[in-house]
Amino acid sequence: MTRIRLGSLAVAALLLLAILAPVIAPYAPTAQPDLIGLRNAAPSWAHPFGTDMFSRDVLSRVLYGARVSLLIGVLAVAISVTVGTAVGLAAGYAGGAVDAGLMRVVDAGLAIPKIFVVLVVLALWEGITVPVLVGILGFTGWFGVSRIVRAETQSARGREYVAAARAIGIPTHRILVRHVLPNVAAPILVVASLGIGQVILLEAGLSYLGVGVPQPMPSWGNIIADGQHLFASAPWISTAPGLAIVATVMAFSVLADGMRAALDPRDR
Amino acid sequence: MARGHRNVLPFVAGRLAQGLIVMFTVATLVFVLLHAAPGDPLTSLSEQPRITPEVVSRMRQNFGLDQPIPIQYLRYLGNLARGDLGISYTQHRPVVQAIREAIPNTLLLATVALLIDFGLGTLVGIAQGTRPGSATDRTLSGVTITLYSMPVFWLGLLLMFVFGERLGWFPIAGVTNPVTYPYASLAGKLFDRMHHLILPALALGLVSAGYTARHQRSAMLEAIRQDCVRTARAKGLRERAVVMRHALRNALLPTITLAGLAFPVLLSGAVLIETVFAWPGLGKLAADAVGRRDYPVVTGAAILAAAMVVVGNLLADVATRLIDPRTRTAA
Repeated sequence: MTRIRLGSLAVAALLLLAILAPVIAPYAPTAQPDLIGLRNAAPSWAHPFGTDMFSRDVLSRVLYGARVSLLIGVLAVAISVTVGTAVGLAAGYAGGAVDAGLMRVVDAGLAIPKIFVVLVVLALWEGITVPVLVGILGFTGWFGVSRIVRAETQSARGREYVAAARAIGIPTHRILVRHVLPNVAAPILVVASLGIGQVILLEAGLSYLGVGVPQPMPSWGNIIADGQHLFASAPWISTAPGLAIVATVMAFSVLADGMRAALDPRDR
Repeated sequence: MARGHRNVLPFVAGRLAQGLIVMFTVATLVFVLLHAAPGDPLTSLSEQPRITPEVVSRMRQNFGLDQPIPIQYLRYLGNLARGDLGISYTQHRPVVQAIREAIPNTLLLATVALLIDFGLGTLVGIAQGTRPGSATDRTLSGVTITLYSMPVFWLGLLLMFVFGERLGWFPIAGVTNPVTYPYASLAGKLFDRMHHLILPALALGLVSAGYTARHQRSAMLEAIRQDCVRTARAKGLRERAVVMRHALRNALLPTITLAGLAFPVLLSGAVLIETVFAWPGLGKLAADAVGRRDYPVVTGAAILAAAMVVVGNLLADVATRLIDPRTRTAA
């Protein structure tokens, strides 16, 4: 249980930092207080994480970046878990041709390395905004979820309580939502927690490549990109957001680990 | 053994057929995406004032874009089957050519990264799994979860800065030294390539090694609980022999399957690492093409990446079957 507590505390702390960013951050994320005097300035009391090439405060950008990265992670995973659960329930419960058809799509979706799926979509659509990015990450991220939900649904389908519900004439969609779903919810939570970390990593990668969150909106990935050529003279620009990503992904992984251990009796 | 090998062939044929179905679905998914996007490839052309609508419609005819969707789909599949991925908009040459130049670089990078990943990952996982709960186990768990949580491009940048720029031990970009490589001896050429390969492969391999080690650790814990291990201990075998001969063999099997699954992760990471280290592979090709909206290159790279994943999974499945006698009698 300690891992769950540690993970949820860390996640709660990160969410709090992100929500309170406007209160905590000493500057606006795009403010350029002194383009010449504060260009790539080293960390100081006024700028604890230093400033970047446009004299913007790196701490403020990382804090606001937390809002962007966490929001994208949570919303995209909400989409992919919803879609993945729906597909998994349908495939696992219906079986037969529906199952075979859906699972072939899932096989193909999982075969293309994830970033390539996103890159194809990004290359085709012009003018990516944050909501569009969330949609792309969400709708390309459900394949793995659906496979897990399908397996859980298949095993739930054979249980007595489902047979009993069917025998007394409860319609299929109600059986799925009221009886099967609660029994497959636990593994979904584990996947969701891991998924948020993975989406944050993917979003950071895309923003680093310059095809994710559009500048000047801060995202941890594009702050790293801002500082990548200044590593020798101003290492603080890329270091702070990198550490933020590591801490966040780790928090969600520890939470997922804890939940998985709590669900697996052998691990106690 | 002889019987086992004999029924490997139908097994491989079955898996191959499955792989082809996956590739067919991948191609179809890409086609659906292409046509779900607003407009067609020539929409941006028609926005230019100097190109008349007549020219655009003639080009549309030339490219077959005036045909009904089912016809376009069949043509697209036919072209793919013949290995024709279209023409790059920005490089003005067949996409296949650009990809053919990039693939060896990516395969080299991914293979070396895979070796680092599994070499290191399994060793660490075994070290942890044989003494669970110890200080070593807990320290290594901290290390592996940190590696696993790292953005691969950020680790690449850190390695590049420390070992490339600060210490100057390794070159920081490209596959070879453009100045000295053409004049180097064979050994010198080989060294130059290895020298350029180490940092990007290390960044890519280390992040995945974190994941592999975590899996290997739990596989080891699982294997040590098995009856054969208890029997081996009861027979009075030394702990070292118990671990090496009985537990490890069983614990390595899931890792082979994992190697097949690690391939898509490594290819995804390669997109970023190749960009960091200016490594002219499939990932950098795709990432650069996205910025230029050169989507025949992006879709071609995605299809090729999927093919590499399918082949990787196939190899992992066949290897598991050859190594694990239990999978031969089943199925």
